[in-house]
Amino acid sequence: MNGLQRISRREFLNRTGQAGGGLVFALSVGAACTPGGDTAATPPVNGAAEGPDAFMPNVYVNIRRDGIVEIICHRSEMGQGIRTCLPQVIADELDADWDRIELKQALGDEKYGDQNTDGSTSIRRHFDLLRGAGATAREMLVAAAAADWGVPAAECVTRDHAVHHEASGRSAGYGELVALTDGVEAPGTPTFKDPANYRYIGKSLDNIDGYAMSVGAANYGIDLTFPGMLHASIERCPTHGGAVAAFDATAAKAVAGVVDVIQLPDPDPAAAPGFLPLGGVAVLATNTWSAMQGRAALDIEWAPGKNGAYESEKYREELHASAQKEGKIVLERGDAVAALTTADRTHVADYYAPHLAQAPMEPPAALANVTDDGCDVWSCTQNPQATQNTVAGLLGIDKAKVRAHVTLLGGGFGRKSKPDFAAEAAWLSRATGKPVKVTWTREDDLRHGFFHSVSAQHLEAGLDDAGNVTAWHQRTAFPSIGSTFDVNAAGPSAGELGLGFTDIPYAIPNLRMEACDAKPHVRIGWLRSVCNVYHAFAISSFADELAHLTETDPPAFLKQLLGAPRKVNPADDGAEYPNYGQGLDTHPIDTGRIAGVLDTVAGMAGWGRKLPAGHGLGIAVHRSFLSTVGVVAEVAADKDGRMQVVELWMAIDAGLVVNPDRVKAQLEGAGIFGMSLALYGELSAKNGAIVQGNFDTYPMVRMNQAPRAIHTHILPVDAPPGGVGEPGVPPVAPALANAWFAATGKRLREMPFRKAGIA
Amino acid sequence: MAVTLTINGTERTLDAEPGMPLLWALRDLAGLTGTKFGCGKALCGACTVHVDGEPVRSCSFPLSAADGREITTIEGLSPDGSHPVQVAWRELNVPQCGYCQSGQIMSAVALLERNPKPSDADIDTAMSGNICRCGTYTRIRAAIHRAAGESS
Repeated sequence: MNGLQRISRREFLNRTGQAGGGLVFALSVGAACTPGGDTAATPPVNGAAEGPDAFMPNVYVNIRRDGIVEIICHRSEMGQGIRTCLPQVIADELDADWDRIELKQALGDEKYGDQNTDGSTSIRRHFDLLRGAGATAREMLVAAAAADWGVPAAECVTRDHAVHHEASGRSAGYGELVALTDGVEAPGTPTFKDPANYRYIGKSLDNIDGYAMSVGAANYGIDLTFPGMLHASIERCPTHGGAVAAFDATAAKAVAGVVDVIQLPDPDPAAAPGFLPLGGVAVLATNTWSAMQGRAALDIEWAPGKNGAYESEKYREELHASAQKEGKIVLERGDAVAALTTADRTHVADYYAPHLAQAPMEPPAALANVTDDGCDVWSCTQNPQATQNTVAGLLGIDKAKVRAHVTLLGGGFGRKSKPDFAAEAAWLSRATGKPVKVTWTREDDLRHGFFHSVSAQHLEAGLDDAGNVTAWHQRTAFPSIGSTFDVNAAGPSAGELGLGFTDIPYAIPNLRMEACDAKPHVRIGWLRSVCNVYHAFAISSFADELAHLTETDPPAFLKQLLGAPRKVNPADDGAEYPNYGQGLDTHPIDTGRIAGVLDTVAGMAGWGRKLPAGHGLGIAVHRSFLSTVGVVAEVAADKDGRMQVVELWMAIDAGLVVNPDRVKAQLEGAGIFGMSLALYGELSAKNGAIVQGNFDTYPMVRMNQAPRAIHTHILPVDAPPGGVGEPGVPPVAPALANAWFAATGKRLREMPFRKAGIA
Repeated sequence: MAVTLTINGTERTLDAEPGMPLLWALRDLAGLTGTKFGCGKALCGACTVHVDGEPVRSCSFPLSAADGREITTIEGLSPDGSHPVQVAWRELNVPQCGYCQSGQIMSAVALLERNPKPSDADIDTAMSGNICRCGTYTRIRAAIHRAAGESS
């Protein structure tokens, strides 16, 4: 029950910064929720002289005398719906009324445990913690009531925001009980509700921020203001690892509204970038536009540094070449090399996928105010504790003096796990002595981010005369995320390889998986579903190639590859496999469940039906983040020979689901996100600089390209929750490529498909 | 440079640096942050507002060109979120992160004002200037039909 220690109300106010004031922005977004609620006024107290003003059984729950249950959301909202789902779980276990909940957004603080909203972990890794938060509060309220009434706690029940003792007919609302909670001890292990009695879990409650979002009142990092603040726009070195050689700010300072021009410290060229700012020259002005105009007037000479010669087209050949050579064997079953030499026939293919940017619609933005009392920083961060630590490190102050406030995020997709932009704001606030808001432009976002890794995959398969796959030998080559944190990082981590590579679930007797060398030339970071993107693209496409080679219907062929229902443990074949940080006992690689998803999605799409001329169906099924998603795509070539995605069908086995509508929304969104990266997604580099700059050169799927329908289905599976935000993405690209092959006979082995002239 | 315009029914005079787009005048000078910045080049639609009833990408529309004109932003669409498009958006739980939705709603309202019963093709044409990275397009389409009084 990590994180469930009890703290005093005063301590709560101090830690969450409720005492802080001075903000002019109205953070309240909707009747029952307050992102950045840490700045809300202290709630009124009902005048009672005795007992506590409020009851805070743990860091996630605070019950006021007016009966309002404050729920503290320690995870970041970026569209996945956690600000709705998290209180659903706590309120359910607490038997609290939904309309008497107020949601507060937590500051970054290790007392909450893990706050990094990343890896599709908010429910899958915190479900029991959240249930415990609610159940603990419930049992303590029962204990308080039972003691007051002189009855056994076991005779009391909770219902409708109150404790009841049926035998005596007594009831007390939660607000009334607050005064009686002094000295009530927390249960060591609270008893969870019978799932049959769930009131909110499993229900499609409306998005708690929906009203604010529909009226323009939702506040994101970019929306914050502070009296006297300056707006900053920063010109950063076009090449990763480069620095300012010289600059002239004369013209910039002449721009109306510009107040100051400040050079940020250069990053240490010998050190890994980590989350620190990239350096560059900041223009500070009275408004965003003037800051941007001043920046455009800067005259900067750059020292390009060690990546100044990086050319992505040349690198593409290097990466393919690396994947032709033997790498480090990370999983081995049987002897794939020998089996390939004796196979009845073999098939070889190479796959490639380029760097990608997360491109959230809200570019990175942060507001910081450094005073003698430390630093307040408000940002659209997925990771407020990393924000706190990075800012403290950069400023050289105690992290207890950094208050990392979390706004709503206008999309995250992994970009906003990295708090470099918040650190920029903090550094500039200290340098100017004023509050500073840093706003990234779209060009900044696409050119100076932490990019999804480029990858080459080499695959060889051997088949017997009956068409059974007897050998599978695959190599993956991609610069690792570890390179962002360690200049000596030696190849991809077991965690990265566990994203769709070493967890290949196929029942092939001879299997070898190797990881090959790849050097980084840009900052590498997470993007929604991470390495699963290219691993699923290669594996699910190559499987489809083998199905067609053997003239087998793809779903039947995939069933054959999955083999008999069983639980796969990659460690049995020598792989180090973290399973997304959770146990294989609770979250197995269960080929029976994967096949169940396959059958379901094929059935939804009417696989085998007669299609209009020129149409094709493609299928892919992939397990990631402890859930499995199957996708069937129907595509056709339009009159210009471009891929038109007619419809998508998506099925998920995510075990227990808290809010089915939010899960379906994540699948729908993953369908579009997966289409964008498959059709268009590419960052390329020339002379070390990223070529793409905005949505004209880094396009997204738009309404006119969206499928006519995205049909979604959640399999009812009695199992602990898996991830939801990311697992929908990986199977989309291979389903599209497989459908294109079915429609046209042309195989797509490189993302984005635009390079083949079809998008 | 002072510009006088009507924003959500109220006459305002904004004193801005020359060339400032309407977007930044609304956000930084008028304090109306419901209108969002996404690209700065009229490529994504997050900044869509109405100028004399027509949808405009405010990031690429100079404040000076708004002199004497009537601007409607997401904040001015209705006093209480009761515009049929806003209601439909909530009923279908369209927003995910919500960031692009001000612009989506303003584009949808403009579409319905000139075409009360749009077809899917009409919606594609009118809405393709608005990017949603979360991928809510199928729900946006359904919500527009719902706001038009059609079942979806």
